[in-house]
Amino acid sequence: MTPLSSQSTPLDAGWDIEQKEVLSALGKRKAIDKWFSWLALFAVVFSLFVLVVLLADVIIDGAPVLSWNFFTSFPSRRPADAGIVSALVGTVWVMVLVALFTFPIGVGAGIFLEEFVPDSLIAKAVEINISNLAGVPSIIYGLLGLQVFVRLLFVITQGRSVLSGALTLALLVLPIVIIATRESLRSIPSSLRQAGFALGATRWQVIRSHVFPLALPGILTGVILALSRAIGETAPLITIGALTYIPFLPELSLRGLQSPFTVLPIQIYNWVSRPQTEFHDLAAGAIIVLMVILLMMNATAIYLRNRFQK
Amino acid sequence: MTTNSVSQVATKACLRAKNVSVYYGPFLAVRDVSLDIFRNEITALIGPSGCGKSTLLRCFNRTNDLILGARVEGKVTFQGSDLYDEGVDPVYVRRRIGMVFQKPNPFTKSIYENIAFAARINGYKGSIDELVETSLQRAALWDEVKDKLKESGLSLSGGQQQRLCIARAIAIEPEVILMDEPCSALDPISTLQIEELMRELESRYTIVIVTHNMQQASRISDKTAFFNAESTETGNKVGYLVEYGDTEQIFSEPREQATQDYVSGRFG
Repeated sequence: MTPLSSQSTPLDAGWDIEQKEVLSALGKRKAIDKWFSWLALFAVVFSLFVLVVLLADVIIDGAPVLSWNFFTSFPSRRPADAGIVSALVGTVWVMVLVALFTFPIGVGAGIFLEEFVPDSLIAKAVEINISNLAGVPSIIYGLLGLQVFVRLLFVITQGRSVLSGALTLALLVLPIVIIATRESLRSIPSSLRQAGFALGATRWQVIRSHVFPLALPGILTGVILALSRAIGETAPLITIGALTYIPFLPELSLRGLQSPFTVLPIQIYNWVSRPQTEFHDLAAGAIIVLMVILLMMNATAIYLRNRFQK
Repeated sequence: MTTNSVSQVATKACLRAKNVSVYYGPFLAVRDVSLDIFRNEITALIGPSGCGKSTLLRCFNRTNDLILGARVEGKVTFQGSDLYDEGVDPVYVRRRIGMVFQKPNPFTKSIYENIAFAARINGYKGSIDELVETSLQRAALWDEVKDKLKESGLSLSGGQQQRLCIARAIAIEPEVILMDEPCSALDPISTLQIEELMRELESRYTIVIVTHNMQQASRISDKTAFFNAESTETGNKVGYLVEYGDTEQIFSEPREQATQDYVSGRFG
């Protein structure tokens, strides 16, 4: 770079710097700039690389076992006959129940805390505690579920049942749903609420007609992301004693709620811990199925967010 | 003032603030305001920023209740009855004393629904289609939107949105309309339209308008209240009423020096 024509002497002696010095310092600053962008690029490439290797490994191992039989067979001692039907159906059962429990309770609690409770000390304490609950390790929820749902409420849940598992996972993700609901409601401008109140609407009328419909996409996104956390949870379900060998499907009735169950992560955990490598391939196949379900849920969440964001 | 004129005033006054002070938490925002708002007149509240005009305005339909920690002292009466009486439901107060805000805030629904909502929640028995049409006509918006009632209220221009908000407010036939700087977000032409509209609405409603625009106050209002603010030792601003009277008098021969300085543009 050629130096520009020199200017007049500056007022402050501290600015009396040779143009050559400025340009060489500028060169150094630009070099640091470049270094940093390379470093950042490396971080991205590295993490993507790890992800791709993991995915490739799983797909290479698991893809061959993905057949119609794999989806329709019960687990078996013979790897060639083993399938994931009971785990897949168990996962669907548990997820539907978790959604049924968390949506009304979590969204209701979020609306109440955000819109109805005056900002008092108690409200703040509750808010902090809910945030803390979202960070509690999932195995703790498993222990809670074991004591409360499996043992204390045995009459209702019949012990280690679909219902116990769903209730435990619902507890686990409730804080996430509550927080997502509150954040979504908070993003709705208060001028809209004022507009409603100024027309003589009650709080509930304002929320139902104007605030909630606008907050709904954000809330749904939060619920789906919470469910996608629940679907991959293994520890709490192992703690409450979900079985790993289920050669039957829960019947489609209220009694089905009380039947023993297994879910995909537990089936995967079980197969991975066996010595025969054939079972490891089955585990890889189940991982692919779980991952596809997860990706589909996340894609739905992103779609909802973009669709309704204006 | 003679006793006779006082009683006359009392019968004509629609809204009446007596020794009203408003606190936000521990801070005094408005100090000791007494003023009467008269029926079928436009009353303008003017004054520099932070002098409590909007705060006082919000006392008249109890929207201060929605602000955390806000407290109103003194007495606000509406047609003789205390607005802050224990048995008074703020929702009912707001149904009779409507409000238009500084920033147009139509609901994110269709133009039609913006007005229909107000009617429905208040149990309107007539034809909502007709109500939507007459409200929009009275807000001088009908001709511009009659072919696109199903479009979103947000698709309108700023001035149209504000007229939609006015249409929505008058659809439920309140007795008073409070306007909090309704033209401050609008261009001069839209402002003129809204001002004309206010002049027409005056015959049916009592209007209280907060404005920063002194020309606007002098153009449209019958009475003007000038507020000023003073700093306390702790650095907070406390608003108070300096002078209240006929708009003509306030602008041509104010009694107070501060009013004179403000209306002539020497400060504020």
